[in-house]
Amino acid sequence: MSPEVRDDPLSTDGEDDDVGAQVRAAFAETDDDPEIGARRRARLANRADDAGLLDVAWAVVASPIGRLLLAVTPAGLVRVAFEGEDHDAVLARLAAVLSPRILRSSTRTDPVARQLDEYFTGRRRHFDLPLDLRLARGFRRTVLHHLQDIAYGTTASYSAVAVAAGNPGAVRAVGSACSQNPIPLVVPCHRVVRADGALGQYLGGVEAKATLLALEAGAAARLGE
Amino acid sequence: MSLRPFDEVVVEHGPVVLRVCRALLGSVDADDAWSETFLSALGAYPDLRADSDLRGWLVTIAHRKAIDQLRRSARTARPSGDVPDRASPARVPVPPDEALRSAVAALPPKQRAAVAYRYLADLSYADIAGLLACSQDAARRSAADGIAALRRTYPTGAAP
Repeated sequence: MSPEVRDDPLSTDGEDDDVGAQVRAAFAETDDDPEIGARRRARLANRADDAGLLDVAWAVVASPIGRLLLAVTPAGLVRVAFEGEDHDAVLARLAAVLSPRILRSSTRTDPVARQLDEYFTGRRRHFDLPLDLRLARGFRRTVLHHLQDIAYGTTASYSAVAVAAGNPGAVRAVGSACSQNPIPLVVPCHRVVRADGALGQYLGGVEAKATLLALEAGAAARLGE
Repeated sequence: MSLRPFDEVVVEHGPVVLRVCRALLGSVDADDAWSETFLSALGAYPDLRADSDLRGWLVTIAHRKAIDQLRRSARTARPSGDVPDRASPARVPVPPDEALRSAVAALPPKQRAAVAYRYLADLSYADIAGLLACSQDAARRSAADGIAALRRTYPTGAAP
């Protein structure tokens, strides 16, 4: 019997295979229940959070514009990703840029999910959440700060945002800051439109942008504005 | 190449680590050891090389956590073996998987560990020798002796 089995670990030790396979089966018994596994992982995430080891907590929530990935650091909401973005790729990038200590956990994302739900049902006009803007630097971060001044139910042009951000010539840079906004919806880049009234680009798709502006216009009208 | 998000590691290797913890400690203490293993791994994870053998690394941590737990259990005079959830009334046959788990729990510690690392974690005998602080031959012998003992004691093992 060849002693070297490393490269073919499952074809094991000849006559011991049968008992080995039974041992494997006996201990695998309860692995198949996804709910128990999910609870075990949730407990791990909570303990990691308590121990200060959970750098990024994430969850995926349903919304009228598709499934949204929410990622939250101890500092605040750091990323909202649309369904059209590859969520696995987004998480891989967060692991590379922020920290690989990433676990799925709704404890930190629940407040975000609740406020988004209130927003989509027209009951919330302003998000009250700590934000972590680490993923945007320099002028892009300045633009994100100014986007938060555009009131619910209104729009501003790219050039108006450039003026507000203190650099009237940087209209294209405002466009790229909006398209790379790490926290769309909550930082309302969807309220920035072209000077000629056209909607302009949106990472979540032009349809989603139109949906959001219509939602806000309708809710604002109902509230007597 | 950078490190993957840690929960991909948990999803991929969590089941193997859980099986190993169950084999080493019994199902009652296994959940705790599983959490301790991944919590400890999470702490060290950012410093890990991206091409590391994650399964071997995690089983090594689980091995240490299991030893810690067995020491704690010994101090508090708790039985360290696997205790079935319910006592089986006479004449009611013990489910075969449960009987085999009990038989694994009854193995001498070194054989039990060698069987777990070999057949549940699929580690090489070189890695098992490292964990058990013995030679490769001794590691292979421990696994073979453990399997031989299971073949003798496991009631349905000899069924046609």
